[in-house]
Amino acid sequence: MRAVRWIRRNLVVIAGVLTLAYLIVPNLVVLAFSFNKPKGRYNYTWNHFSTDAWRHPCGVPGMCGSLGLSLRIAVYATIGATVLGTMTAFALARYRFRGRAATNMLIFLPMAMPEVVMGASLGTLFLNMRIQFGFWTILIAHIMFCLSFVVTAVKARVMSMDPRLEQAAQDLYASPAQTFLRVTLPLAAPGIAAGALLSFALSFDDYIITSFNAGNSVTFPMYVWGSAQRGTPVQVNVIGTAMFLLAVVLVLAGQLVAGRRRARA
Amino acid sequence: MSGTATASVNRPPGSPGSPNGSGAAASASLPPELARAARRRRLVPYLLLLAGVAWLLVFFVAPMVYQASTSVQTGSLEAGFKVTWHFATYWDALHAYWPQFVRSLAYSAIATVLCLAIGYPLAYTIAFRAGRWRNVVMMLVIAPFFTSFLIRTLAWETILADQGPVVSFLNHVHVLDVTSWLGVTSGDRVMATPLAVVCGLTYNFLPFMVLPLYTSLERVDGRLHEAAGDLYATPFTTFRKVTFPLSLPGVVAGTLLTFIPASGDYINAELLGSTNQKMVGSVIQSQFLRVLDYPTAAALSFILMAVILAIVTVYIRRAGTEELV
Amino acid sequence: MTTPRTTPGSTPDPAPGSAPGATPETVPAAASGTAPAPGTDSAAAPTPDAPPDAVLLGGLGKRYGSFTAVHPLDLAVPKGSFFALLGASGCGKTTTLRMIAGLEPPTSGSVRLGGKDVTALPAYKRPVNTVFQNYALFPHLDIFENVAFGLRRRGIKSVKKQVGEMLDLVQLGPLARRKPHQLSGGQQQRVAVARALINQPEVLLLDEPLGALDLKLRRQMQLELKRIQTEVGITFIHVTHDQEEAMTMADTVAVMNAGRVEQMGAPADLYENPASTFVANFLGTSNLIEAEVASVAGGVLHLTTAGGPLTLPAARCAVPAAVGGKVLAGVRPEKITLAHRDDEQRIPAGRNRVTGRIADSSFIGVSTQFVVDSPVGAALEVFVPNVDRDQRLVPGAEVVLHWNPEHTFGLDAAQDIDAGTDEEEAA
Repeated sequence: MRAVRWIRRNLVVIAGVLTLAYLIVPNLVVLAFSFNKPKGRYNYTWNHFSTDAWRHPCGVPGMCGSLGLSLRIAVYATIGATVLGTMTAFALARYRFRGRAATNMLIFLPMAMPEVVMGASLGTLFLNMRIQFGFWTILIAHIMFCLSFVVTAVKARVMSMDPRLEQAAQDLYASPAQTFLRVTLPLAAPGIAAGALLSFALSFDDYIITSFNAGNSVTFPMYVWGSAQRGTPVQVNVIGTAMFLLAVVLVLAGQLVAGRRRARA
Repeated sequence: MSGTATASVNRPPGSPGSPNGSGAAASASLPPELARAARRRRLVPYLLLLAGVAWLLVFFVAPMVYQASTSVQTGSLEAGFKVTWHFATYWDALHAYWPQFVRSLAYSAIATVLCLAIGYPLAYTIAFRAGRWRNVVMMLVIAPFFTSFLIRTLAWETILADQGPVVSFLNHVHVLDVTSWLGVTSGDRVMATPLAVVCGLTYNFLPFMVLPLYTSLERVDGRLHEAAGDLYATPFTTFRKVTFPLSLPGVVAGTLLTFIPASGDYINAELLGSTNQKMVGSVIQSQFLRVLDYPTAAALSFILMAVILAIVTVYIRRAGTEELV
Repeated sequence: MTTPRTTPGSTPDPAPGSAPGATPETVPAAASGTAPAPGTDSAAAPTPDAPPDAVLLGGLGKRYGSFTAVHPLDLAVPKGSFFALLGASGCGKTTTLRMIAGLEPPTSGSVRLGGKDVTALPAYKRPVNTVFQNYALFPHLDIFENVAFGLRRRGIKSVKKQVGEMLDLVQLGPLARRKPHQLSGGQQQRVAVARALINQPEVLLLDEPLGALDLKLRRQMQLELKRIQTEVGITFIHVTHDQEEAMTMADTVAVMNAGRVEQMGAPADLYENPASTFVANFLGTSNLIEAEVASVAGGVLHLTTAGGPLTLPAARCAVPAAVGGKVLAGVRPEKITLAHRDDEQRIPAGRNRVTGRIADSSFIGVSTQFVVDSPVGAALEVFVPNVDRDQRLVPGAEVVLHWNPEHTFGLDAAQDIDAGTDEEEAA
């Protein structure tokens, strides 16, 4: 009877934990199969334990090159989208001007548009302008779809900032430039960082839009897609797991630093 | 200090008749430096917007317009394409690919409902029951993002593999018999069935549901639960009458963020389904990249866009929240 | 120059000398009773160009489209004074303050600080500092850096000693390395004051500085701010909606209403001689009785009301009164003595008296507050100190209200009799 009551009381938590498992299990599978030594080309069934792939992460032709391209594009796209997006966000959050509602709509639309539509349209445009597909077309596309997410993240942060803080800075002899550098930017930083991080993740992971604008360039997701037909090398699991662990370590480190800072203060 | 302030109040100089001062006289007395500064301030937002808006106009809006024109062009790759107002492309595209359209909308709608159903308990748990585990659980929700979308979808191939433990178990307890009877799986397989595709879609877009749900649930004051309980509401009534209505903005945002990308997705259908589970995204992609029939690809994506925008608009109106925009 | 009186909301000018037509004998009489002699002298002889005023506003106004937030305002605040702008929320007091600070561009007029025109200067070039409402402490900087902010922006490198001294002045030395959110409200308030004062501004502007504190802390900080002001001798301009706060701290109070200054003067002067119904009701409580002038004799106005005759010293009437003219006769609740009807014979002759019936009474410790219905108006208020409590004074009892006619003041009857009564709760 007590067990039944316990289950009833914690039904939501049990359901939540099951959902969480649903989210995490594929990552665990990726992790486990990064230590597999598959029989044949397909890494779907467990054969036997091996650290080969971890010792030779670049042991398959083309993969690390595509990884490099993806990272390079992600870095540039993040910088581009963050700079443009932050400026746009400040304009939208801080000023009332003609065309503000239209601009908000323009920012919202790319997020409400299926990727395949955006990718195909931009690809058509490049094609007809006879622009050579490659690094630059991918970068342009990535900045385009990351921009809205940066604007949204930064705008939310800037709107929640107390405008009196900047007025206080001006009142305390800070010129507009100093006010921006010493007060506005540090206060908006968490929003900008969130937008940048999101941009990086979106750009690094994008397959659909990229596939329409890449030409012969192969990004990491495109490599994975291509290899899925022929049989994915184990190294792909290694990269996936490494990214996952890196993210977890970074988040934990961030938590630790924040916790330490709180404890010291 | 005991100095009493000297003052004559509300007396605009030079306008003895009206204590209020007229607007024109008032602004005339404004120093030109201030007027210049005010003019410059009005320009600032436009300067800030310039680059970002230009980028979107050139690389988002212009392609859309171009897409519209492409969709009514005819021609071939060799001879070039011309605008001939050939609206029949739309009709032909719909006629040929309506099953993929319907499938896309159906699969993404089901995946959205499933995401809501299983994502809500998770978001609720994080918001109200996780306690000091909150940050850890949040991290676990976000961390999968950092492993490539494709790699994780491929992991489902392993999980749902025909001889794998999951399928064997489901077969053993006769779940697959039921699902086969319902027509969502076929025989002993889960791979290459609608069930696999919907599972994949649900999995892939679940974080997009959980995060906005969590954000809006987190804002719900825990004391409201106590207040509702104090006012004779059972836990279920409390949820139905208090918690859920307050989390509606999150529900709206989450369903949109799940439905929109899911409807255009074709990766799950390609990797986890067979040709019988193809979605409209696959068609657009292959028309564009393989068949090189740009007008059809354009017409299809234009139809998809129109359908999505219509659904989103109606949905936002019905839900009564325009916070997203 | 005569200030128009016909428009509701416009005010008789209280400042002596600047308004020759406005019953000149009224204000000096009251002022001499409250302010020390030097103060009265300087007030009586306003010579705008003698020592430069700390703040001199010339027709300073602010409009937003068709809405006028602040009507063109002339105002001079002498160096070293503690000046309060008092009014309900939305009356334009904060806008005025922000225009002085340079945070809000005026739509008309000029601002002079210490004789220098700063109208066109941006906030960061003006020698004023502000203590913001809710303090606006920089959350990403610790207390030390918050206080050092202004010095650093002006290129001062070695700030350590100055900041240390300033933190000691506000008794926050040991908390220098805390972040603002780790401090209590009172501590944050003192950081905000320190952060502004360290720059030794010509004028310190305080925007509702105590609004976020609880009552007890507010009392304490009022005294604290007063102490600091006396110590550093800097001109303070203090914006508040709390009349008690304004009267406790400031040596001059300007009462603002709907974008205008209604009346200005020393706190006691304002309280004793309100010039408008708004001031009478907003500062404390007033009983206002509609009356008509029956005769004028020997500097005394004889009035008739619905409840019998009253007398009013002509000098205390804010409007020129002629026989047959309407006025409002006012009296503060604590000036009134309450006698039971049975004791009417014992009331000395020559006092103003009104009969009525007690509608309500509430005991609040130091005094009992009565609400009395009478023919001259419903709900007259009377505060009776609890010295010897008369057991007969209970709701329903017939009573006589009486007071020294000298305590009666007269107001223009053309105004809204209730102006300023509910503003206090709204603010």
